[in-house]
Amino acid sequence: MKNTQIKIGVLCVALSGVLGWQAASQAKPAAPTALGARATGQAIEVKIDNFSFIPQEITVAAGTKVTWVNRDDIPHTVRSTEDKFKSKALDTDEQYSFTFDTPGTYEYFCSVHPKMTAKVIVQ
Amino acid sequence: MGDVIKGNLDTDGIDRRGFLKCMAWAGTGTLCVMQGGVLKSFAMSGLAGKHHADLKGELAFVQISDSHIGFNKAANPDVTATLQVAIDKINGLPVKPEFVLHTGDLSHLSKDSEFDTLDQALKSLRTGAIHYVPGEHDVINDNGQQYRERYGKNTKGDGWYSFDQKGVHFIGLVNVMNLKAGGLGSLGHDQLEWLEDDVSHLKSSTPIVVFAHIPLWSVYPEWGWGTDDGAQALTYLKKFGSVSVLNGHIHQVMQKVEGNVTFHTAMSTAFPQPAPGTAPSPGPMKVPAEQLRTLLGVTNLNFVRGNNTLAIVDSSLAAGQTKREEIGSAPLYGG
Repeated sequence: MKNTQIKIGVLCVALSGVLGWQAASQAKPAAPTALGARATGQAIEVKIDNFSFIPQEITVAAGTKVTWVNRDDIPHTVRSTEDKFKSKALDTDEQYSFTFDTPGTYEYFCSVHPKMTAKVIVQ
Repeated sequence: MGDVIKGNLDTDGIDRRGFLKCMAWAGTGTLCVMQGGVLKSFAMSGLAGKHHADLKGELAFVQISDSHIGFNKAANPDVTATLQVAIDKINGLPVKPEFVLHTGDLSHLSKDSEFDTLDQALKSLRTGAIHYVPGEHDVINDNGQQYRERYGKNTKGDGWYSFDQKGVHFIGLVNVMNLKAGGLGSLGHDQLEWLEDDVSHLKSSTPIVVFAHIPLWSVYPEWGWGTDDGAQALTYLKKFGSVSVLNGHIHQVMQKVEGNVTFHTAMSTAFPQPAPGTAPSPGPMKVPAEQLRTLLGVTNLNFVRGNNTLAIVDSSLAAGQTKREEIGSAPLYGG
């Protein structure tokens, strides 16, 4: 649909290759490309495109900062189903970040297009 | 188009078993008309010369939708200009509409400046009044507070209301608030209760027009194109002989007739969206510039009390296309 190049300033670690992190040296950015992405570090990006959160499910370590970037032509929001976090409307290329300090499963959706659902699992 | 109903054998003139699905993509659709209770369909190419007869009636009004002021992406870099074309088209109608309905997504991001631009443009509209309902883009960051201050004075709850004009009862509903994860559009308990009460005193012969942003019927739930408690709302309208439901949101014309209810969605004045399931997502369709205005439009509605029909005429914004793109009409009882 559009240019899906992702730029991530900080990224950590791919533990198991099966989970689909792109190869990257430690100094270079990389991007998650598959569902079930797993990170143990401090920052990870979720892309919003084609009315979807990609990856739809991520597993991260406590303390990880997750950044959502809207790559769609339409505004979206990131909103916890339990109101634990909530972004303003994100227009194209705008982003929102939240740091997950407490382990648990955090389901969220786009409050403008509630069919868009996804989750963050914090370990 | 294979399942368009070409005739109706029901003695009461309304098909109760199936429904009519009529998708009229600008320039490529089928004309569906219910005349005196008999459904007829015509190829778009056969419409020439029928326009003016349908514009005569006791009550004419216009629906516009999804102006998305503030949108500036490739699908339409100048949505204010295409809104202006729609306004010019309305001002050029041979019959001045009693009022204009805007069925939501006035703005793209609920910004002050976007609402200001819309208001400025609509000042040139020659009509008696403009009635609004909000789209999800109008209530994004403040739960619709600014929308209600600007457009929802004297409304109830999140902005719902009703009014009567020339014997027709109009009901504006809000189904874009408090949406639940995984769900569709939502009216909510309070609004449903109000609706039940609002229509309880009306005679069953009163023609009803319901307008809301997201379709009240399930157009394509996979893309969120429907309203979770829309069916509940319609149960309160069962006693009425004629109910017309006008929606926006999906940026294309669709129609369905089910029992006493005619459902209708309008084109956007801003950008087209794909037909259900024909694209990975319902995002804006990028079409060649010369094609864009054929996919945008206004809906011109007309109650023709004399022969008991409601005619719905959709017009595209293309300069050369002055004829309707599609028409549907449903019987009006007891007018």
